[in-house]
Amino acid sequence: MFAIPPPDVLIQGILSGILMGFVYALIAAGLSLIFGLMEIVNFAHGEFLMLSMYTAFWMYALFALDPLLSVPICAAVLFALGWLSYAGIIRRILGGPMLAQIFATFGLAIFLRSAAQFLWTPDFRQVGEAWIQGPVRILGISVGLPQVVASAACLIAFGILYWFITGTETGMALEATAQDRQAAALMGINTERMFALGWGLGSACVGVAGAFLASFFYVFPHVGGLFALIAYVTVALGGFGSVPGSLVAGVIIGVIEVLGGLLIAPAFKYVAVFVLYLIVVLLRPQGLLGKF
Amino acid sequence: MTALRPVRGVRGIALLAMVLLAALAFPWVFRLPYHRDLAIKVFLYAMLAQAWNILAGYCGQISLGHAVFFGTGAYTSTVLQMTWGMNPWVGLLAGVVLAVALSLLIGYPCFRLRGHYFAIATIAIGEIVQTLAINWDFIGGARGLTLTIQKDSLLAFQFHTSKYPYYYIMLGLLTLCLLVSWRIERTRLGYYLRAIREDPEAAASVGIPVAKYKQIAMAISAAFVAAGGTFYAQYVLYLDPDSVLPLSLSILVCVLGVVGGTGTLWGPLVGAALLIPLSEFTRITLGGTGRAADLVIYGALLTGVAVFQPAGLVGLIGRRQG
Repeated sequence: MFAIPPPDVLIQGILSGILMGFVYALIAAGLSLIFGLMEIVNFAHGEFLMLSMYTAFWMYALFALDPLLSVPICAAVLFALGWLSYAGIIRRILGGPMLAQIFATFGLAIFLRSAAQFLWTPDFRQVGEAWIQGPVRILGISVGLPQVVASAACLIAFGILYWFITGTETGMALEATAQDRQAAALMGINTERMFALGWGLGSACVGVAGAFLASFFYVFPHVGGLFALIAYVTVALGGFGSVPGSLVAGVIIGVIEVLGGLLIAPAFKYVAVFVLYLIVVLLRPQGLLGKF
Repeated sequence: MTALRPVRGVRGIALLAMVLLAALAFPWVFRLPYHRDLAIKVFLYAMLAQAWNILAGYCGQISLGHAVFFGTGAYTSTVLQMTWGMNPWVGLLAGVVLAVALSLLIGYPCFRLRGHYFAIATIAIGEIVQTLAINWDFIGGARGLTLTIQKDSLLAFQFHTSKYPYYYIMLGLLTLCLLVSWRIERTRLGYYLRAIREDPEAAASVGIPVAKYKQIAMAISAAFVAAGGTFYAQYVLYLDPDSVLPLSLSILVCVLGVVGGTGTLWGPLVGAALLIPLSEFTRITLGGTGRAADLVIYGALLTGVAVFQPAGLVGLIGRRQG
């Protein structure tokens, strides 16, 4: 325990942690967007990610479509899924008891995860011949090319999301709805539409992240659980409802995960992340950049 | 808030007596080991769900990590037995004490969290504990522990020639848990817990020590779940982190409680009596456990109940009580 690895291993670890952090950030941004809008935690967020990864995988397996090309398809599929989840389920539990709010999406998570296992078996699957693969050297440090592409793409997607929220009229209407539902409605904003849009956009974020993850990560029915837990930690650390907060937090968590694995033991890397979550919510419940 | 009115007065007592009599006679009428095993499972999970309900249903603190207490009970009695030859009944008590201590340790920081935050924190704790158990060789690590087979006796808590005693022990534990819940419902503790669930600030403002009563609810809840853990270990005679500490167990307990009806005395039992046989049935008809057909149904039920009938099945038949 606590053996300090050589510096080059440490630097390489930190770099790959930062790269993974951008992916975490995009996943968390989707969760944070939805929470900021209506104070509901989507417990099925990880399962949405899993479905996106499967979409990319099946596009590859059935139509030989590279995950890179599946990105718009995954984003569109997940946007529709998010919109439908809002229209079919979430709309009915807004303002309901906490129990209903938690178990409506928690049930959805179990349903999607088990349905995936039922339909596609628990086997681990992998995209065999992706366009982008193999290592690449950055400043003499070797990292996986798919990770570099994924993190760059997630960072770009993150930027587009941020621009959309702060720079467009629809985005401002979204932000207004998040701040005060009634006032926004009085200003003529269709808040129902905004909520549905928020769910669509938040889910499209995991759609993009999932397509890129599928190019270098195993795809299996339970893959979402891990990423979802990391996303909760990221959102809690960055501040629930704060989209920029998730970027900072995502990177911090990516690095802590790697350091936990390197300094303690690989089996404990997620334990380090969860312990961080507990420390954060206890010491600073509103997170680093949280408003609440 | 919701309690079944019929269970009151002379008719109520007669009904209860009949239910109890039917439960006592069950293994002599349905003599197949399969039926007995199914009934034991129903009782075990009904007790776990009712224990979860004391914290989540009455007090409104939704734990998604109750498997931690189950594992604590199962591991404590088994490890004490294997290393020091401690009697499993003493081990059961030790497991209960340890689980209560653990619940205080978890509750102290986590009860400062609200709603979603508390639920997520309990998931995180569940994952941490399971990872630690998998990597802790002293308690068998990922390989798990196999209990030493001993001669049949009540003292040894092992029965091989006839499994009937397991049935009655579990029935006794469930009855005890229901009695405690019934007492809670009718005493000041129950009113305090429901007040905390409805509005913690209002509860605090009228002088209820909110944190203390959340702790009490969690301690009672943890104690019963730990006792269930020891029972499981003595019944199955094998345990590993995947069977006594998984997230899926925490989920199952919630599903039974929510579908049956949270915050009610009979909800979790109704949930277990309906869903445990249903899950056995789907396993038989729709293929092995690897297909997770039962979980597909559980998930859909959970969402459906949360959206359309948050009071659970008991809420459908029971008249609301002020």
